[in-house]
Amino acid sequence: MKKIIFNVIAFAFVAAALSSCGYNSMIEKQETVDEKWSQVQNVYQRRADLIPNLVSVVKGYAKHESQTLENVIAARSRATQVTLDPDKLTPENIQKFQQAQDGLSTALGKLLMITENYPDLKANQNFLELQAQLEGTENRISVERQKFNEAVKDYNAYIRKFPNNLTAGMFGFEKKAYFEAQSGANVAPKIEF
Amino acid sequence: MTSPSIVSRLCLLVLMFCCFAGTMAHADDFPERPSPARLVNDYASLLQPAEREALEQKLVAYDDSTSTQIAIVILKDIGNYEASDYAPQLAEKWGIGQKGKNNGLLILVVVETHKIFIATGYGMEGDLPDAIVKRLIEGIVKPNFKQGNYYGGLDQVTDAIIQIMAGTYKADAKGKASGNSAVFIFLAIMALIALFSFISKGGGGRNSGGGGFGGGLLAGALLGSGGFSSRGGYSGGGSSFGGFGGGGFGGGGAGGSW
Repeated sequence: MKKIIFNVIAFAFVAAALSSCGYNSMIEKQETVDEKWSQVQNVYQRRADLIPNLVSVVKGYAKHESQTLENVIAARSRATQVTLDPDKLTPENIQKFQQAQDGLSTALGKLLMITENYPDLKANQNFLELQAQLEGTENRISVERQKFNEAVKDYNAYIRKFPNNLTAGMFGFEKKAYFEAQSGANVAPKIEF
Repeated sequence: MTSPSIVSRLCLLVLMFCCFAGTMAHADDFPERPSPARLVNDYASLLQPAEREALEQKLVAYDDSTSTQIAIVILKDIGNYEASDYAPQLAEKWGIGQKGKNNGLLILVVVETHKIFIATGYGMEGDLPDAIVKRLIEGIVKPNFKQGNYYGGLDQVTDAIIQIMAGTYKADAKGKASGNSAVFIFLAIMALIALFSFISKGGGGRNSGGGGFGGGLLAGALLGSGGFSSRGGYSGGGSSFGGFGGGGFGGGGAGGSW
C-alpha cells in the first residue's frame, strides 16, 4: 500500500518538476504561434480569393490593360503555391513566403493604379465594394502578421530563458522566425483609392 | 575641473530622461480602458451630455440582451496612425466583445482629421463584411457628419448595425460559462475521494461512507460558488455597463472621411 502512495507522490513530483521547467508552457506558446500562423495564411488566402472577382470586374471596363491583369493572375498563382507548415517557420521559409506575397502586392498595386484612368469603373458599385474588401483584407494581413510576431516573440523569449533553455534543448523546441518589414514594396502594403 | 563633468553628466541624465519619456509617450498612444466602464467614450466633447447618455443607454441595453458590445470612441487626433490601423489595436486592447464570441465592434471617430473607422471583431465579420460596413459609412455616417449631425449619424448607424446583427448573438444565462470548469472540479474531487477511500480501505475501511458524504458537501459548495461567479461582462443592473469581455479583432471593417 505504501508503494502506491509513494508512486503517486513521485508522479506528482515529476509532473511538478516538468511544469516548473516550463515544458507545459512551451507547448502552449508553441500552439499559440501555430494558431497565429494559420491566421496569417488565412488572411493571405482571403486576399487571393478576392482577386478573380476583382480581375473580372476590371476586365469589363479596362480591356486594354490585359498585361497588367495577367501579371496579377500570375502573381496570385505564385503566391497561393507557397504554403508553410507551422513547424517549418525558419527565416528562409518565411522569407520565401513573404516574397511570393509581396509579388502579389506589387502586381495588385499596379492594377489599382491603372483603375484611376477609368472613371466608369471607379463609379461601379461592385468595384467599390471589392475595393472595400481588399482594403479590409490588407488591414487584416497587417494585424495578423503583428499578432504572429508577438506570439513568436513571446515563445522565443520563453524558450531562451534559464532554466527553460535546458528543457527546450532536451525536447527540441527551436527558435521561430518573424515577419520582417523589408524595404520597399511590402512596408505595410498601402492601397490608396 | 569638476564642473564640465557635472555638466556632461547632467546632459546624459536629461538625454536618458528624454529617451524614457519617448517610450512612455508611445505607450500613451492609446487611451486607457475607461473606468468605470463605458461604451460611449467622447474624449473630444463632440456630443452633448444628453446625447452621449442616450447612446450609452441604447448600447448597454443591447449588450445586456445580446452580449454584443458596440463601443464608440471619439478622439481629437491619433498622431501618425491610420484610423484603420489604430481602431483594431485599440479595440483589442480594451477587449470589446465577449471572449470566445469576439462579438465586439468599435466605431472610432477622429475629429481633427475627419476620419471614421468601424472595426469589426472576428465574430462580427460574418454578418458585417467590409463592403457592408463601407455602405453604412457612405450611406449613413458621411451625409450626417457632413452636416454636423454627429449624434444622428452615430444613432442611425448603430441602429442599422443592430438590425443587421439581429438574431446572431444571444446573452448567455448567468454562470453558464463557468459550468464546464465546475464539472471538471467536481469530477476531480470525486476521483480524489475514490482514491482516498481506496487507500483507506486498505487500512481500516470504516470511514469510506463519511468521506463520500463530506466530499459531496464540498463538491456541492464548489458548484454553488461556481454558479455565482458569472463572467465579467455582466452586472445585471440594466442601466450600467458591466465592462468589456475580452473580444479579439483582426483588422476587419471599413472607414472613410467626411
